[in-house]
Amino acid sequence: MVPKPLWLLVELTYRCPLQCPYCSNPLDFAGARFKRELATEEWCRVFREARALGVLQLGLSGGEPLLRPDLETLVATAHELGLYSSLITSAYRLSRDRLAALKQAGLDHVQISVQAADAGLSDRIAGTASYRDKIAAYHYTRELGFPLTVNVVLHRANLHQVEAMIRLAESLGAERIELANTQFYGWAFHNRDALMPTKAQLDVAWEVVQRERARLGNKLEIVWVLPDYHEQYPKPCMGGWGRAYMTVTPGGEVWPCHAAGRITTLEFANVRDHPLEWIWSESEAFKRFRGDAWMPEPCRSCPRKAVDFGGCRCQAFLVAGDAGVTDPVCSLSPHRRLVDEAVAAAEQAAAAAEPPAEWAYRAAPASRVIAARG
Amino acid sequence: MNRPGPVVVPRIAPKARLQRDEVRDREVLLYPEGLVALNETGSAILNLCDGTRSVAEIVQTLKQRYGAEGIERDVTAFLDGLAAKGLVTFAPPSYPPTPSDPRR
Repeated sequence: MVPKPLWLLVELTYRCPLQCPYCSNPLDFAGARFKRELATEEWCRVFREARALGVLQLGLSGGEPLLRPDLETLVATAHELGLYSSLITSAYRLSRDRLAALKQAGLDHVQISVQAADAGLSDRIAGTASYRDKIAAYHYTRELGFPLTVNVVLHRANLHQVEAMIRLAESLGAERIELANTQFYGWAFHNRDALMPTKAQLDVAWEVVQRERARLGNKLEIVWVLPDYHEQYPKPCMGGWGRAYMTVTPGGEVWPCHAAGRITTLEFANVRDHPLEWIWSESEAFKRFRGDAWMPEPCRSCPRKAVDFGGCRCQAFLVAGDAGVTDPVCSLSPHRRLVDEAVAAAEQAAAAAEPPAEWAYRAAPASRVIAARG
Repeated sequence: MNRPGPVVVPRIAPKARLQRDEVRDREVLLYPEGLVALNETGSAILNLCDGTRSVAEIVQTLKQRYGAEGIERDVTAFLDGLAAKGLVTFAPPSYPPTPSDPRR
């Protein structure tokens, strides 16, 4: 029996005022493939179809979802359908009035990113002066009674600030802070050498997290997203391919996760052409890695296959060149060497006190160049 | 107040929302980035958490409804578990329960 999805992440636009070098959006986001955004009515239809399929959690993301002038309408529709909606935003130029209008429309939860614990580093990583807006928006969020998640993507240039990040979230009265070690997809994969942390950095940060968890108890939930290149086993990516989760891109393609569009050996159906139910249940891309019949060794005979589902298909494609093999971060994978090499390169550079590689900012001109290269 | 005694009034936390899940024929408690799937008992308890009933009153109502005895510990443990996740809060009774109170 085909499982029913619980989660829908909608990427309403790939336009974004920030330029974070670890962005999970496609490298070619500014290319022809993603040009034409879905209209308001099309999104509302997607929400209705998703709800009928079993979706209960809706993430409104991007790009920057605030750039959609119809965001309030979309939130109101989600609310009427009974979806629990989370706005995932940079909060750039987010006014108190706009946030109040979203509250009025029924928005349930707000997640605002910050790139570091202080304005100088945060703005440098974002490539856009945005820290001040974020701090203002955190306060609006609390004043308006929203539950608040502070999200920080961790990497080599900001891991040393983990304690200050937690203190910031605490001082803001946030419910949760998500300390998300960079997952290497999209722009993050492109900038892997510049972003890869050292083992020592991760060890120190993890100690801080454990200490702060003990201090804060359930006053502030600290989510630590594992740095999977440094782990022994892969993450249970998306809780399994086509099992609980899907992403709809600005142009209506439906992906089993927000990085899957990069897998060039799969074809993804579009909500403009097919009902969501058919795409989820019947389309080739969703069926390809659903369940465990597709698994090669060492997954096939591995007792962990029910735990991690073979790890991440996108990572297998990006690192090993084949979406159908064991996630290369698994210590049992024949491709683990490729992950070890990327980790070792960062260690060697740090040991030699070399300045980290320059990153490329996520921006439309760079994206168009990449799209043109194909 | 952290632990549910019989007189405290449990309430679903503002960040959480009770929602019917028609597709799976159950109710769920939704919250940021997660959900708790509820069985029939859990559903019944949370639907009685209206911000006016105390734990003792919820237990009493369930006893009458299902004819079940000795459920006090189950109700307390259930609410305690949700409170640990910040999904339920407890308040002292908001008014002295006198016989003349129009809400009874």
